[in-house]
Amino acid sequence: MAKRKLLKGNVGLCYGAIAARCNAFFGYPITPQNEVPEYMSELMPANGGVFIQAESELAAINMVYGAAAAGKRAMTSSSSPGISLKQEGISYIAASELPCVIVNVQRGGPGLGNTLPGQADYFQAVKGGGHGDYRLLTLAPWSVQDCYDFMPMAFDLADKYRNPVMILMDAIIGQMLEQVDLHNDFPVTDFPKPWATNGAKSRTHNIVNSLWIDPDVMEELNNRLKAKYEMAQREETRFQEFYTKDAELVLVAYGCPARICRTVVDLAREEGMRVGLLRPITLYPFPSQQIAALAQNGKRFMVVEMSQGQMVEDVRLAVNGMADVAFYGRTGGIVPNPTEILNEVRASFGKPPVVSYYQNTAPCKEATN
Amino acid sequence: MGVIKIDRDKCKGCELCVHFCPKGCIAMEDGYNHKGYRPSYFAKENECTGCAICARMCPDVAIEVWR
Amino acid sequence: MEKVFERTKGLTDTEFGYCPGCHHSVLHRMVAETLEELDILDKTVGVCPVGCAVFMYEYMSCDIIEAAHGRAPAVATGVKRVIPDRIVFSYQGDGDLASIGTAEIVHAAARGENISVIFINNTTYGMTGGQMAPTTLINQKTTTCPTGRNPAVNGYPIRVCEMLATLDGPSYIERVCPTSPAGFAKTKKAIRHAFENQIAGKGFSLVEVLSNCPTHLRMTPIETYRRIDEEMTKVFPPGVFLDR
Repeated sequence: MAKRKLLKGNVGLCYGAIAARCNAFFGYPITPQNEVPEYMSELMPANGGVFIQAESELAAINMVYGAAAAGKRAMTSSSSPGISLKQEGISYIAASELPCVIVNVQRGGPGLGNTLPGQADYFQAVKGGGHGDYRLLTLAPWSVQDCYDFMPMAFDLADKYRNPVMILMDAIIGQMLEQVDLHNDFPVTDFPKPWATNGAKSRTHNIVNSLWIDPDVMEELNNRLKAKYEMAQREETRFQEFYTKDAELVLVAYGCPARICRTVVDLAREEGMRVGLLRPITLYPFPSQQIAALAQNGKRFMVVEMSQGQMVEDVRLAVNGMADVAFYGRTGGIVPNPTEILNEVRASFGKPPVVSYYQNTAPCKEATN
Repeated sequence: MGVIKIDRDKCKGCELCVHFCPKGCIAMEDGYNHKGYRPSYFAKENECTGCAICARMCPDVAIEVWR
Repeated sequence: MEKVFERTKGLTDTEFGYCPGCHHSVLHRMVAETLEELDILDKTVGVCPVGCAVFMYEYMSCDIIEAAHGRAPAVATGVKRVIPDRIVFSYQGDGDLASIGTAEIVHAAARGENISVIFINNTTYGMTGGQMAPTTLINQKTTTCPTGRNPAVNGYPIRVCEMLATLDGPSYIERVCPTSPAGFAKTKKAIRHAFENQIAGKGFSLVEVLSNCPTHLRMTPIETYRRIDEEMTKVFPPGVFLDR
């Protein structure tokens, strides 16, 4: 029987990391992800791993770089301003083709922002973030169960592609409590690491490097990275759809707003508006093909984010002018409520706004998925 | 009694071996090697003791020593 | 006749690309010889810096990781903690270790991280063109303090050994001066001691090597050695600061 526990998203991540056989965690305190280093300081040594509270975000990501170069599964976690500090190391890790997992529990920004939920680090996560041509494979959990389940998936993707993987969530997903099934039926794949710098015994010496003076060799690396990302686009694009088949309007959202949109879909359908939801699970690679296919079938879109509009640009690229793409966003750490999204939906169907959805419908129903 | 062999093409002409040889056995050539440096050469073969100071001071590991 | 000096197996066959008379070549060789002598070549992971010695990976025959500027102690920490039975060292210049990477070196030392650090102090940024370093001497001219380092504008040189010796974490800290056959022998001995300490599990060891940069100091190699003896040692006195 699998163990069930009531956990915060941040803590679910920690149990997931242990299930993923993570060898090392290096981090630095920042709200709202502090439960991660706190729990890992206990869980890692208890499971034969390494925990260090680094002197800075820069040191933490570079410790990850060292541990990953040594052939071990290493991770770090932080929140928006801390992730900015890590960008130098992330670029080096991507260039050196090392696997690792980076968690970003996003908060309000820019600058120090606030410690409330946000989704304004989307560009930074899916477009590279640091300098140079590289991408992070990016996963977006929307429940505590996802936080647990995505860690082994993230480490496997990192090892398969020899590329950093980011888990991009927000303060709500990190801080909310949900019941989690701590099952352990994850596939165990062996990823040989003949490139690891762990002592040149019975082999020539290995070099982990991100310096290529020769422009042809540098371009070769750029092309190799591109080929990897194209392969990921073919093989790893993941998403979830709700009622998109007959939908006139498809909401597109990830993380916490996707959960709210899931409620809005039910509310709208009770009023006869055919609304669906597409929730990207991988933000990079982005489910562009599926969105393009829906656009071709005559759907229009509304993207809901806790930002001034970032993922909406990827939706527009995918739609490529074939359909209308509307946007609704809240910022400052404010989470949009179902009524305000529902009113946006109503307006798009030519209906007047409601003060609260409670006036028109039964109380909020629990999402069926 | 010692013998040194200076790899003419590895030498960068820094002159540290000339400066530190206790017996003054090494001198600089007038010609140039393929790198464009004036290399040093073993000038006084009879006075070398094989102490290997030249080889230890040489940054480019261009000198081998026998004793 | 017996061969009394030959190239160590710790070095690859690649010829050093450093300038004539550069201390990097000498110190790469001393580290390589030490690894061969202690028979740890096949269990050592080196971490090289940003700066001229970024190319260390071409010359050393052990495994090498190239770190971002200043982050070598953090990278070395990551390696050492996950494979503690291997030998891990970082090799860093003054810009790398004492400027952009000050936090990393101080905290690796404070943690007593069981690594060996070779610190090359030549008072200038060599690779980027001879700019002012954190260890540049007062009145020394560089390309970013062309009239000489002025304390009112640029502050004072940092003494890394003295600073780190105030911590409880480190096991061994020494500053050496390889400007003579005896100085070379002492430097080699210090480097060996830093590795022996790590093998014995004693914790953090750092050897600061007063070094040259003939190209950017615009001096002959012999003149740079004289400068180290006459000017640098006044600000950076050689000696053992910690050995416990």
